[in-house]
Amino acid sequence: MTEPMTEHYDVLVVGAGPAGLAAAQAAAMHGARVGLLDAQAQAGGQVWRHDVRRAAPRAARRAFASLENVDVLARHSVVAAASHSLLVETPDGARQLRYGSLVLATGARELLLPFPGWTLPGVTGAGGLQALTKQGWPIADKRVVVAGSGPLLLAAAATLRAHGTHVLGIYEQAPASAVHAFAWRLRHWPARAVQAVGLRARLAGVPYRCGTFVRAAHGEPALSSIEVEGPHGVRRIECDQLAIGYGLVPNVELAGLLGCELEHAGAHPHVRVDSLLRTSVPGVHAAGELCGIGGLAAARIEGSIAGHAAAGAYGNAAALLPQRTRERRFAALLSQHFALAPRLHALATPQTLICRCEDVTLAALDGFSNARDARLATRCGMGACQGRICGSALAELGRFPRSGSRPPLFPARLATLAVAEAESFLPNDYRGNRT
Amino acid sequence: MSTPIRVTVNGQPVEVPAGSSVAAAVARVAAHSRRSVRGEPRAPLCGMGVCFECRVQVDGVAHVRSCMTPVSEGMQVRTDD
Repeated sequence: MTEPMTEHYDVLVVGAGPAGLAAAQAAAMHGARVGLLDAQAQAGGQVWRHDVRRAAPRAARRAFASLENVDVLARHSVVAAASHSLLVETPDGARQLRYGSLVLATGARELLLPFPGWTLPGVTGAGGLQALTKQGWPIADKRVVVAGSGPLLLAAAATLRAHGTHVLGIYEQAPASAVHAFAWRLRHWPARAVQAVGLRARLAGVPYRCGTFVRAAHGEPALSSIEVEGPHGVRRIECDQLAIGYGLVPNVELAGLLGCELEHAGAHPHVRVDSLLRTSVPGVHAAGELCGIGGLAAARIEGSIAGHAAAGAYGNAAALLPQRTRERRFAALLSQHFALAPRLHALATPQTLICRCEDVTLAALDGFSNARDARLATRCGMGACQGRICGSALAELGRFPRSGSRPPLFPARLATLAVAEAESFLPNDYRGNRT
Repeated sequence: MSTPIRVTVNGQPVEVPAGSSVAAAVARVAAHSRRSVRGEPRAPLCGMGVCFECRVQVDGVAHVRSCMTPVSEGMQVRTDD
């Protein structure tokens, strides 16, 4: 059946991860007509991503079961935005979704830092390999090294092991002192402590080394070994896959396109919200990682708050605020203890590719102090990912911040762009070059 | 587990569990999904639809992100050799 080209929802939620699921459920409780869209084929986001071989966690199953009164719009990618309307692309073509209020729950992506060899097949993000594995990637009996920073490394390693992988080691860049201090603070968060102990138990026998990072990856034509540097020197490890991620970056592209004010604390912006999770744009709410990396529990609470608020139920939203404050405190603890060591910013050599879409080296970017000039001269950030990988890496490396969002938010089909043009989703200056 | 799905990658038949991504089917046959502008082999990086390194051709449609596309019976996938 063909879906209607234009649809109206009282509350439209973008992103069907834990925050978006909670938002949709909360808004639907008040009788609102709710749409929940996601670019992926199944709800769950990254944390609750569907696993082809294993059952979803109980909390995820409960969240999926609560969507009876919600229109779940899978494989819907937002391409452009106008007032109270989003243009989305689906496998069957373009659609326009109009809304009364909007909840942004676009989550986060991994921070991937360039180092020699990072473009080799076999090098993936840590959460990246976890996601691929859940969707059937052949990983059994492969030798995998997990590296980077943060508790996500343990979660990724546990998934990989459950799928029959030989996890050779987990290499955390944060020094042992910081990781131990974090573990000690966990005593104030018993549920988290239990979770951490459980994860470690599932990883029994897997070395976990702190103050250690991957300097380079080698192999031809694909990964065959890595160089790891730690407190006791450098060593080479033969492996089939390297799963490496340095934490998370909020996905603020759609919020930026809508004109929501961003908070520029640190290298990666997040969306500015008030205590009821309202952005600076009337009718647009935000929840979860795009308000600043906060983790699963914060995302779920914030999703509920934003969903209630989007449906006009401010009392219900306000009642949840103390829980949110507590979860956000935990998030602050995480970022403080897993701060990235400056030496990670110096891993890329002048010959290392920074922009993987356009094959632009670090040396080619010398002398540029903003993303626009670099893009015009070198094509850096002009490829299919639109600077989501290289732009975030360059911001982290202290070169220059990413430039703002412009439509289309993702490469789109010509037919979709034709609708965008006809329905006034493109800014007027896009028409200036027409002859 | 439900019946596996059969697809072809570069003409070679492949079976993957139902619900798998095209990327998972590709990984069983080919070492890379695309070649970069200077000809380097590339394979999935982010696993979540952001980096576009996993682009392949699916049933004649170019530039499909294989990590975000579920397999369906009889699908024909081509990598960029």
